Amino acid sequence: MLKIAKTLGLVSLLAMGAAVPAFAEEVNIYTTREPGLIQPILDAFTAETGVKVNTVFLENGLIERVQAEGGSSPADILMTVDFGALIDLVNAGITQPVKSEALEANIPAALRDADGNWFALSGRARVVYAAKELELDSITYEQLSDEKWRGKLCIRSGQHPYNTALIAAYMAKHGEEATRTWLEGVKANQARAAAGGDRDGARDIAAGICDIAVANSYYFGLMASGKGGEEQKAWADAIKVIVPTFEGGGTLVNVSGAAVAAHAPNKDEAVKLLEYLASEPAQKLYAEANFEFPVNAKAEVHPIIATMGTVTPDSMALSDVLPFRKRASELVDEISFDTFSN
Amino acid sequence: MSAIAAGRLKAQSASRISPWAVTAFAVAALVLLPVATIALIAVADTGTLWNHVLVHVLPQSTWNTLVLMAGTGIVAVAVGTGAAWLVSAYDFRGRGVVEWALLLPLAVPTYIMAYAYLDILSPLGPIQGAIRWVLGFQSPRQFRLPDIRSMWAAVLIFGFVLYPYVYLTARAMFLTQSANLLEAARTLGVGRGKLFWRVALPLARPAIAVGTALALMEVLNDVGAAQFLGIRTLTASVYTTWVVRADLAGAAQIAVSMLVFVMALVLLERLARRNQRYAASAQRPRPMPPQRLRSWKSLVALGLGVLPVVIGFVGPALYLIVAAVKRMDFAGLSTPLLRAALNTVSVSALATLAVLMAGFAVAYAARLQPGRATGLAARVATLGYAVPGTVLAIGILIPVAWFDRSLDGVMRASFGWSTGLLLLGSGAALVYAYAARFLAISVGGIEAGLSRLPLSYDHASRTLGQSAGGTLVRVHLPLTHTALTAAGLLVFVDCMKELPATLLLRPLNFESLSTLLYGEAVRGTYEDAAIAALLIVAIGILPVILLARTGRLSRD
Repeated sequence: MLKIAKTLGLVSLLAMGAAVPAFAEEVNIYTTREPGLIQPILDAFTAETGVKVNTVFLENGLIERVQAEGGSSPADILMTVDFGALIDLVNAGITQPVKSEALEANIPAALRDADGNWFALSGRARVVYAAKELELDSITYEQLSDEKWRGKLCIRSGQHPYNTALIAAYMAKHGEEATRTWLEGVKANQARAAAGGDRDGARDIAAGICDIAVANSYYFGLMASGKGGEEQKAWADAIKVIVPTFEGGGTLVNVSGAAVAAHAPNKDEAVKLLEYLASEPAQKLYAEANFEFPVNAKAEVHPIIATMGTVTPDSMALSDVLPFRKRASELVDEISFDTFSN
Repeated sequence: MSAIAAGRLKAQSASRISPWAVTAFAVAALVLLPVATIALIAVADTGTLWNHVLVHVLPQSTWNTLVLMAGTGIVAVAVGTGAAWLVSAYDFRGRGVVEWALLLPLAVPTYIMAYAYLDILSPLGPIQGAIRWVLGFQSPRQFRLPDIRSMWAAVLIFGFVLYPYVYLTARAMFLTQSANLLEAARTLGVGRGKLFWRVALPLARPAIAVGTALALMEVLNDVGAAQFLGIRTLTASVYTTWVVRADLAGAAQIAVSMLVFVMALVLLERLARRNQRYAASAQRPRPMPPQRLRSWKSLVALGLGVLPVVIGFVGPALYLIVAAVKRMDFAGLSTPLLRAALNTVSVSALATLAVLMAGFAVAYAARLQPGRATGLAARVATLGYAVPGTVLAIGILIPVAWFDRSLDGVMRASFGWSTGLLLLGSGAALVYAYAARFLAISVGGIEAGLSRLPLSYDHASRTLGQSAGGTLVRVHLPLTHTALTAAGLLVFVDCMKELPATLLLRPLNFESLSTLLYGEAVRGTYEDAAIAALLIVAIGILPVILLARTGRLSRD
């Protein structure tokens, strides 16, 4: 038994060594975002340029790993979701500035760093899923705490970056005390523990547990298109998407993005890949494969996402929200948002 | 045993430090390295945040963790010990199958168990669907059971998937409890029912404690299931503090307080039985003959034995099979899936080998040179199990990456040749992480196995002219191979299921079954996730069956 195990081990270590073939050019991505989502885009890049793309999905600890690897790090591109996480990369000193006309032409100035330390690649709105039969056409984020939703709202953990960003944006608009009151109201509205993922909101509406749920826009596309299987299609069929706004403002649109690593051994290829990701064909793939909002104005949103109606991003810049992120996360602890007690 | 011989043996061992002790210290140092790294991070920066953690995070999550651990412990001990007694004290139709099937939940990771039951028991799932159909309701909006995202559900889910750790150790103890003791008790007028409470159970207490500790550490390490079920545990707080608030120091502080807490628990248990001795006689114990049950009693026993298997294994396994079949046209297994399976098996096997050798060295050193130093080495070597996987991984990442970087720098400077990231890039860091994390299992198991062999064996062997090495090969290894195999199989299964450390420390383009599954789950493409999960369970079954066999062989 042990002998077999030993042999297997050696064979596979050899196989692992051989699994990285000698491509003339390659580029290595460290990502907190599951790379399978953008694999079609990466494959298209390899087909077009002959540059092989290697990935490793590091959900937590990407920064620590790149810092620890230091000058020997193979990482060329760092990829992440959530604006705050993107800025964390820059603050950790593991990115480098990039100057590229193609990137500047394709990504609006608000969605990239002036020095080229980071670039947003796609957008996602924080929206509300509602039971189809519910008479509800519009809602504001502020109204999520209304008493009419007592025990009728589903939401994932308040400590998830998608929610922390929403709470931080609320705080940037209304101040800390108003945010605390609002968040306590949202907590009182919980129909079940703040757990699981955004898709669970749709499932639990279909299951009659809640009437409304807070979730990201693209999950609706993933479910409604049947990409997540028949069951998820049934969940999508039970809901409608309402694009909320802040009172007198717009919708919270967060981003996914990327940066070139400070010690990138393949910087040229890394920039080439970033330029490709911002180009029209790749941006179309972002919209088609993952139902996100393209950052490149030349690419269009997916028809399923278009059915939600127009999304007007709030005029407040994401960088204005950033300073409130930590406080938002602490507030979640302070009011025990994640401990279900209704 | 003559007092003179013992004295000489002791004098000898005190005079020089054996290579075993040196190895044991080295192993302990390797485990201590990541733990010390985390402790250093924790003290490096305190700032104002610690206040927040102390007031708003720790009380709640400590309470949740305590309740979850206490509940899981009660369920696991009740189910594990009860089932072990059932199959060792009674003989009934189907016992042979039940005996090994009771181990099957070992193959199911906690996060898969939680996910499966969330779906099975959802208002949209088959069970509530059937209830609605019987009661004549059309939609879940008219009738549904309470949501299972709650503490009591978490306790049941953890308890029924983790009881095999207790079952395994308790059964081994019941099987080898010599019939003499039990018969003596019966002669003294203890009925068969009371035998369990008065004799068998107290005698099995150390074994049950070991099994329960293993189960509870699994609870502490879990992130996925708690996330699905909405339980804010200490481990979940470690994550939040680190990832959301980008505060590694704060996370390390929580992790260190957890470690202190766990050590206190372990100490408490040891203290509680410090005045008790559990020794077996040198004669091979004659096992107690099980009582034969007939007719309805046999059926009841079978039902009781099957129930934990159904909840802890059949339920989630069926769920995965249905999900996999429903969502894929059996085009075969995809290449990434097969490569991930190969990766999983090989890294787990290598790690198991490392864990066994290191564990044996530590346990053997403690036997050859019993004393404070070797005892301490043995305790330190088991620390890794009490640290949540991700935190341990960070503790490993930093020194390992430092080594890689330094080596790379030196090689580049002196030979103009880059080694890149030698340990991180080759997957060796993963093997290290698994070894550091699961060493507790092998040290515990092997120590228990060795402690069964009376020192008189060693003395006899040495008197007959065997060296220490000869005694090892000719006496100790053959007599502990059951314990070794059992520990090895348990470690292997645990390595296969490991997720957080694997995520952080793997090389580029490297997927194990668990990371593949996690990636799919994050992405929401459950069709492949179900297949990967099924593979973990399927590959995990094999060692579990072997494990059941080793237990049985030791009885024959």
